[in-house]
Amino acid sequence: MQTYNYKDDFEFFKNTNIVYLDSAATSQKPKIVLDVMQLYYTSYCSNIHRSSHETGDKATRMYEDSRQYIAKYIGADSKEIVFSRGTTEAINLVAQSYVKERFDTVILTQLEHHSNIVPWQLQGLEIKTIEMDKDLNIDLDAFKELLKKNPNAFVSITHVSNSFGIINPVKQLINIAHSFGAKVLVDGAQAIAHLKVDVKDLDADFYAFSAHKAYGPTGIGALYGKYEELLKMKPYQGGGSMIEDVSFERSMYLDPPLRFEAGTQAISEVIGFAQALKYLSHLKGVEDKDKELMAFAKEHLATIPRIIFYTQATNLLANLSFNIQGIHHSDIGTLLSKQNIMLRTGHHCAMPIMKKLNIEGTVRISFAIYNTKEDILRCIKALKKAVEVLS
Amino acid sequence: MKTLQKINEFKNQLDFFDDVMDKYEYIIDLGKKLPKIDPLYKTDTYLLRGCQSKVWLHLYEKEGVLFVEASSDAFIVKGLIYMLVEIYSNTDPKEVVQTQVKELEKLGFVEILSQGRQNGLHAMVDKIYAFAKDLQDAK
Repeated sequence: MQTYNYKDDFEFFKNTNIVYLDSAATSQKPKIVLDVMQLYYTSYCSNIHRSSHETGDKATRMYEDSRQYIAKYIGADSKEIVFSRGTTEAINLVAQSYVKERFDTVILTQLEHHSNIVPWQLQGLEIKTIEMDKDLNIDLDAFKELLKKNPNAFVSITHVSNSFGIINPVKQLINIAHSFGAKVLVDGAQAIAHLKVDVKDLDADFYAFSAHKAYGPTGIGALYGKYEELLKMKPYQGGGSMIEDVSFERSMYLDPPLRFEAGTQAISEVIGFAQALKYLSHLKGVEDKDKELMAFAKEHLATIPRIIFYTQATNLLANLSFNIQGIHHSDIGTLLSKQNIMLRTGHHCAMPIMKKLNIEGTVRISFAIYNTKEDILRCIKALKKAVEVLS
Repeated sequence: MKTLQKINEFKNQLDFFDDVMDKYEYIIDLGKKLPKIDPLYKTDTYLLRGCQSKVWLHLYEKEGVLFVEASSDAFIVKGLIYMLVEIYSNTDPKEVVQTQVKELEKLGFVEILSQGRQNGLHAMVDKIYAFAKDLQDAK
């Protein structure tokens, strides 16, 4: 049986002979996403929420329809979706407009990316982290203990680790946090392209994610917030489109989500974002394919002498980190790149977990729908060549 | 000029390789020849932090001549450092200042001049030029 080749959906793979294994940094974009973005610029380019002419109306409608689609995709209501530049800005928004005035401590996992560490530090919040076992799984008892000791804590956890692919049991963690009266934000940057996310089922108070890791454009993301929580949040930035009435004495703000969308928004990106999720919704068996590729990659990587993995956990998703003993990860990255294999090496913007593991960084393979077993085999072959040159 | 001459020598050597992996093997071999840096300078004070690899850089002057001592934790970076040391160390600062940075492009390594902060090499080149300029200005 001829299986569908997802690479055909992406111009990138027509223009290059690259094995792309860096989708956790950013995924490639299918042509249908680029097409809808181009269509906005070439046939109805106008500003939204202002101009009442025909193309202005169409642009506003496409933008708001996109919001509605994105909301539905994660089981939310459209008024609970605030557009941001990405996951990072979404977390900064919550830190500044919600957490800063209400909480003094933030509880994080030790696997967090810098974007779920630094925004809290910027607001002067104290950070506590949850202990893990040797396979990097969260210690639930330690989590409960932290919540007990820190009654005024906000919880912010990654759904999937960007460096090690660990899937955190977020539903369970949210449940535990709520039983202590704590509110929870989930960083969904690495999850949205791979897992079916239902924010109501998770009962997350906030869920932040980006388009660009899920086949969408860069520069756009979304914050989901329970509406009652969004209503409590102060505006983040001031400007056009977020106000109801302005005088030099005082201004009245619109209700969420528009309250948090000051100035002209990334209109074509929002339209591309929704289209990317539509593309994702048509993909069949994403999770099974991820698991199959992960198992295949691990099995073949394990044949390389002196390879080091950092977790034996089986709840891994799409991101796999390793090192070869005695060889610097950046040397491997350089030599793989010269052989047309693109993957990421380094600390993956998650320095605290690297320090905890007492390493400078790792080589990371990350998958998306277009990756195949052949890609993995090409990578392994190139990796063996790199190791040979470096030994 | 010695600096330009060295750059051209390396360029000619590198042009010899058709296969990119052979070229990197040569660079890795150069790295093995890099003189060991005095442990005194392998500390955070002398560290140029890249998000991929580290470079330790010690610049000093002796009787009006600029000297470069450096190392890295990565093999390929070490090899590239070897070339930079050969090009710029034991040189009249005036000559360094007069050699345009873009001459290094001839070597064909994006790693050296990349604006990213990946490996500390770009910062190393910047520091060599700044130090050479300071020495020259002080004269």
